[in-house]
Amino acid sequence: MPLTDNFDEYFEVKIPSETTRGQEIQEQIIGLMETFAFSERDIFGTRLALEEGIINAIKHGNRMDPAKEVHIRCGISSEKVLVIITDEGPGFNPEDVPDPTADENLERPCGRGIMLMRAFMDRIEYTNSGNTLTIEKSRSVAE
Amino acid sequence: MTASRRIDVEEVGDVTIASFVDKKILDENNIQQIGSQLFALVEEDGRKRIILDFSVVEYLSSAALGKLITMDKKVKASGGKLRLCSIRPDIYEVFAITKLNKLFDIKDTQEDALQGF
Repeated sequence: MPLTDNFDEYFEVKIPSETTRGQEIQEQIIGLMETFAFSERDIFGTRLALEEGIINAIKHGNRMDPAKEVHIRCGISSEKVLVIITDEGPGFNPEDVPDPTADENLERPCGRGIMLMRAFMDRIEYTNSGNTLTIEKSRSVAE
Repeated sequence: MTASRRIDVEEVGDVTIASFVDKKILDENNIQQIGSQLFALVEEDGRKRIILDFSVVEYLSSAALGKLITMDKKVKASGGKLRLCSIRPDIYEVFAITKLNKLFDIKDTQEDALQGF
């Protein structure tokens, strides 16, 4: 995938399965969005999606295994930001995640991350047996 | 490791107001600490009427929502009541998307939350 061609800034990094490292990458991406003057609303949604996506990869994907890494690729331009997060876990089928808004699940304390990513991002896609998450946010048109 | 204070607690009559001190409730360790400190209000202090004030909160992840759901269950199980207040619109949207605005009793301001509680 010629990611580097389509963006003004591109980086990729492999981090250990530690949430503090995940936070650092999150801050790095948000910093780039600020540099490219994305709106507060775009940044709010993307930060939330990055938090959910990276935490899922570390906790549910790699199960915090220190021997496993999370590979993060990020491309950004004035038009959009794209982040691809890949873990080394057993994979999963997003269809198997129960609907957290169903009455019978409403009081369950988990299962809302994917739903929030779907709501706030323009594209969210799981590929590679659920090991790779692609999220994309286009710049919102000013109101 | 000593946990720093993640919520400010004050009492108005027999109502406990717990205000979050973090702008971002995202970090896993913070969320664990917030959970323990909230649960202690019910399990250790035996408080029955609790208002959670979100005035300073700018970000909230699904893991934090999980702690709030557990807190709600604990309060209800002890025969108490929980209200949430002062949630900014971006954060309220997180509750609305996940339909948790149906589960929680959410009021606009702390005054509204105190009224008739």
